[in-house]
Amino acid sequence: MRSLIDILDLSTQEIDELLATAQDIILNPQKYSEKCRGKKLATLFFEPSTRTRLSFEAAMYELGGNVLGFSEAASSSASKGESVADTVRVVSCYADIIAMRHPKEGAPLVASMYASVPIINAGDGGHNHPTQTLTDLLTIKREKGKFDHLTIGLCGDLKFGRTVHSLIGALSRYHNIKFILISPDELKIPDYIRNDILIKKAIPFEETSSLEEAMPQLDILYMTRVQRERFFNEADYIRLKDSYILNPEKLRSAKKDMCILHPLPRVNEITTAVDDDPRACYFRQALNGKYVRMALILKLLEVK
Amino acid sequence: MNVDSIQNGYVIDHIQSGRAMEIYDALNLGTLQCSVAILMNVPSSKMGRKDIIKIDQLIRLNFTALGYIDPGITVNIITNGSVQKRRMELPAELRDVLICKNPRCITSIEQELPQVFRLTDPVSRTYRCIYCDTQAKRAETSSFKR
Repeated sequence: MRSLIDILDLSTQEIDELLATAQDIILNPQKYSEKCRGKKLATLFFEPSTRTRLSFEAAMYELGGNVLGFSEAASSSASKGESVADTVRVVSCYADIIAMRHPKEGAPLVASMYASVPIINAGDGGHNHPTQTLTDLLTIKREKGKFDHLTIGLCGDLKFGRTVHSLIGALSRYHNIKFILISPDELKIPDYIRNDILIKKAIPFEETSSLEEAMPQLDILYMTRVQRERFFNEADYIRLKDSYILNPEKLRSAKKDMCILHPLPRVNEITTAVDDDPRACYFRQALNGKYVRMALILKLLEVK
Repeated sequence: MNVDSIQNGYVIDHIQSGRAMEIYDALNLGTLQCSVAILMNVPSSKMGRKDIIKIDQLIRLNFTALGYIDPGITVNIITNGSVQKRRMELPAELRDVLICKNPRCITSIEQELPQVFRLTDPVSRTYRCIYCDTQAKRAETSSFKR
């Protein structure tokens, strides 16, 4: 029985297979509409989410399966002090697969140690978010057609932005990738990403605080939100929240075929005036999230 | 300076000079009822100076913690006067030796979970929490699990 806790749990070959399945689902949705008939997905969301939870639920429904679960910790037994281990042991009795989001880092790993069904990490604090990474990879594949020879700018909250950590881990396994890490000093990527992935694998990267300077080089610009919920100190959040705002003026120096990605939700870091720019891929990215989660559910349930 | 020889117990030898107290704390030796001798800055032909700890009882010794603190340590296990040498090595995994200090880690709210750190880089001797990837900070005795 497999779980997906960290994107690096999957080999590049497995990722390629998942993306191929997702692309086949896009082309032939009918072929997959009954694949999970009689199966149940439990969505255990101890932290609020719109996109991730709904895309998991939509994915399971489109595979012909059913969904149960909760969307906040207050409506689960966690509010009574139940441990993650006990929760998933119980939910394993009722569901065939579990998607879990939790504010504490490592909670889905704990779940995978105790559950008797596959666990999908749907985000654990500021740590990992592998299904968002699969979504990002499918979007890059569909928009760019490749994962190599790309310069990728990651902008905003690179410290707590779990999607950024997982994406760096996944893309670092492809060839001729360069990262430009754009953030204020306080929100730079954690040491374990810089040292254990970028430096260890000799992947070219630059760290800068200027989005304008980085812009002309980029094939992909991955914007992130400065997340209020990750700060213990409100004053720090207020000081940093408007560090980067992407608008049409800043895009003038960008390549004509650059892709703008964002895991969403956005607050104000991409102005709505950018939405009509053909380079804005973030809503197509949200749609891709459903297809790739369908492919992942099929893989983990070993449905052929 | 003389310390009596022991019949049953341990001599933890070749400790880097100045690190005996870290080991004393990590192994919680202060709670033992038996004699414990700490020798610091002892002349050594191999190391120049070294520390030694002698424990006058065959307690359950945490060899994993010793290997983490200093893989160069030698432990002499003494049973009825006969000595068996055991060399330490850098452990691949530390289970319930350190505690994770990341307030965002799941172990911060679920204290029953085993505290597990894995060796991610033997060259720099880097250990990371398996749950949240936080790096264990060396020489922070408050990180040791009691």
